[in-house]
Amino acid sequence: MKASSTKETKTESNTSQGEILHISGPVVKARLPNARMFDLVRVGKLNLIGEIIEIEGEVATIQVYEETDGLYPGEPVLSTGSLLSVELGPGLLSSIYDGIQRPLESIRKAKGDFITRGVSLPGLDRKKKWKFKPLLKKGDTVGPGTPIGTVEDFIELKILAPPHMKKGKLESIKAGEFNVEEEVAVVSGQSIHLMERWPVRKARPSKKKFHPEIPLITGQRVIDTFYPLLKGGTACVPGPFGSGKTVIQHQLAKWADADIIVYVGCGERGNEMSDVLEELPKLTDPKSGKPLMHRTVLIANTSNMPVAAREASIYTGITIAEYFRDQGLNVALLADSTSRWAEAMREISGRLREMPSEEGYPAHLSSRLSEFYERAGHYETLGCGHGTISVIGAVSPPGGDFSEPVVQATLRITKVFWGLDANLAYSRHFPAINWLTSYSLYSDDEWWAKADSKFPENRKLATELLEREAELKEIVRLVGFESLPDEDKLVMKAAKLIREKFLQQSAFDPLDTYTKPEKQAQMLGAIVKYYESFKGALESGKKFDEVESVQKG
Amino acid sequence: MLMLEYKTITKIAGPLVFVELENASYAELVKIELENGETRTGRILEVSKDKAVVQVFEGTIESNLKAKVMPTGKGVELGVSLDMLGCVFDGLGNPISGKIIPEEKHDINGRPINPTARHNPADFIETGISGIDVMNTLVRGQKLPIFSGAGLPHNRLAMQIARQAAIPGKEESFAVVFGAIGITYEEAEYFANSLRKTGAIEHSVLFLNLANDPAVERVITPRMALTAAEYLAYDHDMHVLVILTDMTNYCESLKEISAARREIPGRRAYPPYMYTDLATIYERAGRIKGRKGSITQIPILTMPEDDITHPIPDLTGYITEGQIVFSRTLHSKHVYPPFDILKCLSRLAHLGVGEGKTREDHSKVSKKLYSSYAKGVELRELVSVIGEAALTPDDRKYLNMAKRFEKEFLGQKEDERREVGDSLGIAWDLFSELPGEELEDLKKYAEKYGKQDE
Repeated sequence: MKASSTKETKTESNTSQGEILHISGPVVKARLPNARMFDLVRVGKLNLIGEIIEIEGEVATIQVYEETDGLYPGEPVLSTGSLLSVELGPGLLSSIYDGIQRPLESIRKAKGDFITRGVSLPGLDRKKKWKFKPLLKKGDTVGPGTPIGTVEDFIELKILAPPHMKKGKLESIKAGEFNVEEEVAVVSGQSIHLMERWPVRKARPSKKKFHPEIPLITGQRVIDTFYPLLKGGTACVPGPFGSGKTVIQHQLAKWADADIIVYVGCGERGNEMSDVLEELPKLTDPKSGKPLMHRTVLIANTSNMPVAAREASIYTGITIAEYFRDQGLNVALLADSTSRWAEAMREISGRLREMPSEEGYPAHLSSRLSEFYERAGHYETLGCGHGTISVIGAVSPPGGDFSEPVVQATLRITKVFWGLDANLAYSRHFPAINWLTSYSLYSDDEWWAKADSKFPENRKLATELLEREAELKEIVRLVGFESLPDEDKLVMKAAKLIREKFLQQSAFDPLDTYTKPEKQAQMLGAIVKYYESFKGALESGKKFDEVESVQKG
Repeated sequence: MLMLEYKTITKIAGPLVFVELENASYAELVKIELENGETRTGRILEVSKDKAVVQVFEGTIESNLKAKVMPTGKGVELGVSLDMLGCVFDGLGNPISGKIIPEEKHDINGRPINPTARHNPADFIETGISGIDVMNTLVRGQKLPIFSGAGLPHNRLAMQIARQAAIPGKEESFAVVFGAIGITYEEAEYFANSLRKTGAIEHSVLFLNLANDPAVERVITPRMALTAAEYLAYDHDMHVLVILTDMTNYCESLKEISAARREIPGRRAYPPYMYTDLATIYERAGRIKGRKGSITQIPILTMPEDDITHPIPDLTGYITEGQIVFSRTLHSKHVYPPFDILKCLSRLAHLGVGEGKTREDHSKVSKKLYSSYAKGVELRELVSVIGEAALTPDDRKYLNMAKRFEKEFLGQKEDERREVGDSLGIAWDLFSELPGEELEDLKKYAEKYGKQDE
């Protein structure tokens, strides 16, 4: 195969034209000879965007990313011959896109407050000029993924040689101001632009995958201290409605110490997206002091926007995340909610009349989920050292029942489980992460020990106290608190302290919303110290009530 | 445009007509003329070059293969104008009372609001109901459903909200759009009368699909109502409150049509696309930057068997911004409104409360009410096992507080409008029951708002 150009090439043989035969919601059948699976097509006179998902003889089945109302059979269909791709380059940060990377701000400017159909606006602004500073000079060797220069786009964005480029000598490179399509360098006849395209359903290549090592600090006490996620790790947040999935996702988007945040609002509420849009620009990153919006890419495909684009939104998000990973950055991708993504697959599959599997979901549900989560990880990139993608997926199980297919398929892949509990939410214990059922398979004792040598031990003790409290609660239910031995009364008291003062954290309180790791260690240390001194007093023969009244006084 | 007639129906099944025709588009409105001359309307659900599946809104009773099918070349539309205010329409948007000359025709499916155009809801709506104002604050542009059960007073509450809702200190044009979906004549009459009595009918638009009206029509009614609401809100700067009742009937119709199309069913036989479908209704609540009006939605649904995990409340709860849940137990204790307050939630409450909006102590008070009532309820269960005697004195205080909370705070009269300050006052009064050390986080406000001990 010749890799002569870095741009996605459209060879004549791949484009084809045809006509609509049948329309049923987002699924359109068309006569389209020479169709290729997953090629992008333009449907009807309105030029709606779609993707080929099934081929039988001359008939191709297309999932359309826009509403199909008013479409007539017989209208033209044009296959573009290229896969659904995203544009990667300067201009991504602080943008907000729909599920197939159409810029929502520009669409609003061009078309008004309501989403119209057939809009074709590129993901990256064509007019804007960027100041390109070369890192290399003529004659240098450039391979796939080698950084050749930088552009200032909130961060110092590296311009990389595209992954599919052939290794060669740099023939020319120019400093100056360019738009994303202008040529900035030539490597052995292959031209390089500030922008590249990448098909969303294919993972971008890397050198090697490693174990995640460093915790992703979120400032959320229950997460960092008890159920940590590592940079490059995966987490699953299932919970019934009202248990605070979205608030946790928002908190992570705000406070996680990643370099880049990709937030995918997949089939969720419009008002929540506007909440993010209004809040992020106001908040500053505790590390860099810059507005949080400057490190964020938002993808908003709300629940009333077309369902097929919802299916694509997750892939769009992870591909953008991979682009930043390839720069050697730490990226966190937040997907809210993967259940809506799974439902989009179910809806399309139902319209195709595929044989349903559990709960009507398609049989490929589990493999699609694992494919997606496996794109997370700690990687050695092609040319920029190590980079990570952490993925946090919210799951919305029907009826809050964790035994349903999406939760189960997700749990088989992810390493961290933050199980949200309706009962905790009902009594306004937030974040409503159940401390008895949640887990993290990652270990970060070493990292914490550097900050506070006692921390791993304290954490262990706190976990034990909480577990012991759960057992004692059963006994209290039968005999009452007063009948407990003093030692157990203390356990209940200490556990209550942990629950109320440590685990509970208000997302809406400006002081409480973020806790630095050192502070977390201190707080936990103080609780443990209290417990131990109280225990010491009991051991020296004092009664529980005596010690307590002294404390109160 | 010349209307083509097709006398080529090949099959009739449930609400669906299968017809051979050309030149019809997806989701197009069609007219059907029966042999006896009656005309009905329908919508194309599936179309290919030479045939289509049509869903007939008025049902297929008395139709035969000889009926004529006429595509109209457009989607289902509602003619809108300001004359709509004070009018009553049937479930398909035909006026029953009053006459209107439409200014414009609007597609009833609307278009999704561009997320970047949305204005974050932030205006506190005072409903005068303590359980909502203090603990589940409603804001303009929110969608807050009522999850009720058969025989519970959800209609009375909805009307109370419609009568009392106001933004403190603001005089603005408002409207109520009411969509009745498969409810009984008596229920619909109750709404109409209660709007008439207060004179609010002049600011109201009613769409009525009653229990004996065709079930298929029900999938249209809420969209008609919302199309009218969008027109009033975005073209005429009104603050519109949309009440849709009963969404359970809507979902049943959706199921019926899906079954007639022989679609693969999802959970509990409801169609797998029900989430998306409901979202296209609920997401039409909101505010838009640069426009004055807003749409606030209060959909009402009755949970089958009071089961909150049933797909209808479940999917609704995943789309709406919170929920007001009714409790049969409280209802039988004669508490009105019978809120199952622990299960209630307003996701946007934090945007509408606090200093400058309601009162500085609002969110802390709300939180404390929740946690202490939750504790009281938990202790109640304990008492049923070990008896009240085994409780600590502090625990007994919680028990008592929970009891008073239900009677004095939640409970109020149907025509009682409490200002938010009064509601907060009742809360502070209840706090005086609690052990002093539990109020530590409220210390800051206790002096100013708390009940002073003599």
